[in-house]
Amino acid sequence: MSGPRRLVRTAFERVENGFDRAFGPDWNPLHQLGALGWFFYWITIVSGIYLYIFFDTGINQAYQSLEYLTHVQWYAGGVMRSLHRYASDALIIVMMLHLLREYVMDRYRGARWFTWFTGVPLLWLVFACGISGYWMVWDILAQYIAIATTEWLDALGIFGESIARNFLTPATLSGRFFTLMVFIHIAVPLVMLLVMWIHILRQRNAKVNPPIGLAAGTLAMLLVLSFVKPALSQAPADLGVVPSVINLDWFYLAAYPLLDRLPGRVMWAIAASATLFLLVLPWLPPLRRPAPARVDLDNCNGCGRCVEDCPFSAVALQPRTDGTGFSQEAVVANELCTSCGICVGACPTSTPFRRTTELIPGIDLPDLRIQVMRDKTLAAASGLSGNARVLVYGCDQGPDLNRLRVPGVAVLTLPCIAMLPPSFLDFIIMRHHADGVFLTGCAEGDCHYHLGIQWTEQRLAGERDPYLRKRVPRERIGEFWSGLTHGKRLERELADFQDRLRALPPLKRRTVEYTSEGAVRHD
Amino acid sequence: MRASPLQLLGQVIAYAMFAVVIGHFTSSPAYTHLNPGLALIKLSFSHAGQHKGDCRQRTPEELAKLAPNMRRPLDCPRGRLPLQVELVLDGEPLYRGELPPSGLAGDGASMAYRKFPVAPGRHHLVARLRDSDRPTGYDYEKEAEITLIPRQNFVIDFRPALGGFLFL
Repeated sequence: MSGPRRLVRTAFERVENGFDRAFGPDWNPLHQLGALGWFFYWITIVSGIYLYIFFDTGINQAYQSLEYLTHVQWYAGGVMRSLHRYASDALIIVMMLHLLREYVMDRYRGARWFTWFTGVPLLWLVFACGISGYWMVWDILAQYIAIATTEWLDALGIFGESIARNFLTPATLSGRFFTLMVFIHIAVPLVMLLVMWIHILRQRNAKVNPPIGLAAGTLAMLLVLSFVKPALSQAPADLGVVPSVINLDWFYLAAYPLLDRLPGRVMWAIAASATLFLLVLPWLPPLRRPAPARVDLDNCNGCGRCVEDCPFSAVALQPRTDGTGFSQEAVVANELCTSCGICVGACPTSTPFRRTTELIPGIDLPDLRIQVMRDKTLAAASGLSGNARVLVYGCDQGPDLNRLRVPGVAVLTLPCIAMLPPSFLDFIIMRHHADGVFLTGCAEGDCHYHLGIQWTEQRLAGERDPYLRKRVPRERIGEFWSGLTHGKRLERELADFQDRLRALPPLKRRTVEYTSEGAVRHD
Repeated sequence: MRASPLQLLGQVIAYAMFAVVIGHFTSSPAYTHLNPGLALIKLSFSHAGQHKGDCRQRTPEELAKLAPNMRRPLDCPRGRLPLQVELVLDGEPLYRGELPPSGLAGDGASMAYRKFPVAPGRHHLVARLRDSDRPTGYDYEKEAEITLIPRQNFVIDFRPALGGFLFL
């Protein structure tokens, strides 16, 4: 990660730390921006369906029907109208933050280009939904939007007749235009749902629902806001009068004042350039992609654990091609692989106990083979001394671990912490290569590869295959998910862990004696 | 997640800040699109200029050679002339311009859409349009004394079938 980007990411993480303190890592709203976007989308859909029941598409009736909902049926229709508006405003906020955050966190390039790329059209669709929604109210804001938007569309020069002339005088206005607006306001969200689905297509376990507590709190916040400041119409539209001072919704309409100052074609050029820039951003510059994971069929029995654990659906099972007795084999889609190594950590053959043969697992990273990882582990452990020898494993996306290089501590890094198979912890501790293992990496709840921390914790807790064997004393395993901003606390956590190790009784050595009667274990 | 009272307070503050941001920017600050002390004259119409050359009457033989749905008695050049438009307010030119025909072949209607903020009050307005190849002068002209009130949307349309310019 480049220096400037790392700086911005650090700044982002510092803000998130504040939210961590209030919400905890799992409910941190900045870790749930995509899921919150889905949540706000559904609120606008449900509230919109209610509003549609009472909405009248006539020129005068549109305004009146919303006035009825707002003032007469304030307890239901008014609240629904406010929820509809405020949830759509909140959607803009989380969408923009989501876009900025994914960029800052460098989660938009390489194999992840698809998710970024398919998110860009959503920007247009969300704005189209919001703008067409405001149009339907037919107050002076709607009048301003209708005229400004159609003038902008006319600037394209592709329409045979000026659309803006539909709003020239009261006599030129047709009720059919409102019918068209209703159609657009219903059709665009449906298209948006389709694109949202495509947007998360390559994400395994994509978060489309925020945690229930966060969802409840957010909904309560929107409800309170709806009662405290109900969404209201402005004065009814009158094409004989020019809207002069207007209360804009700046989330959706911030660019509209520019339409009053810049020629329409210039605005089209700006909008098109910005869209194009966002679309090609994943290749500016392209990510230098490490070699994707590689399957070794001689060691793959098609168990499917790598398929289950890959966060990007880059590994799949297919019928066996090598004529062995197994029915399936893993196959890697190179274009989807981020080379995080989580699949290697999931493979049961990635065990460092295999000393008699060359350590080649069923799936491996060519740039950091598991055998190299074992060799590095053994080399690092051989240099340790003292009574609290610790091997620290961190991830490339996490903090700078050089500050942890103190006597009795050795540091190793992997692309993702979940590349470390649980058997490595077993091997290090039970073979007395170190007195303890300490794991660190991205901030909790915000793994760079989405699921690395979650899978690691589940494997150590015996909840996810491959499990850490029960014989491994858990008190000899420490973990602290520090991200980039908790460097000092990481040092303290490691020091505390070493203190705890020193207080533990020595781990008994197990030896195996081979006799003519078989193997005999001595504890 | 079991939150401590301090955490709950932090959550309430965060939600409140979010609500304040949404509640404020959903309708504030107000934007001034047009100075409320002004009125707006909007010139908007769509009208095709005359053809660039004279039309010729097709002979019966020529018509017979054409497909039945294309047997138009007049054979006219495709291109149209640009429109010359002039607006004069209180003796001062408000707008004077040439409106080219639309379409790749220049055979479509010319379109005008211009907005002029002006001071309210009584004004003398003259609108002129030339759609022919006459070297000087105008084919259509309308003048009137108008009284504008603040924020009024005064529309100048053009419909030859109704006599030319319409002041709405």
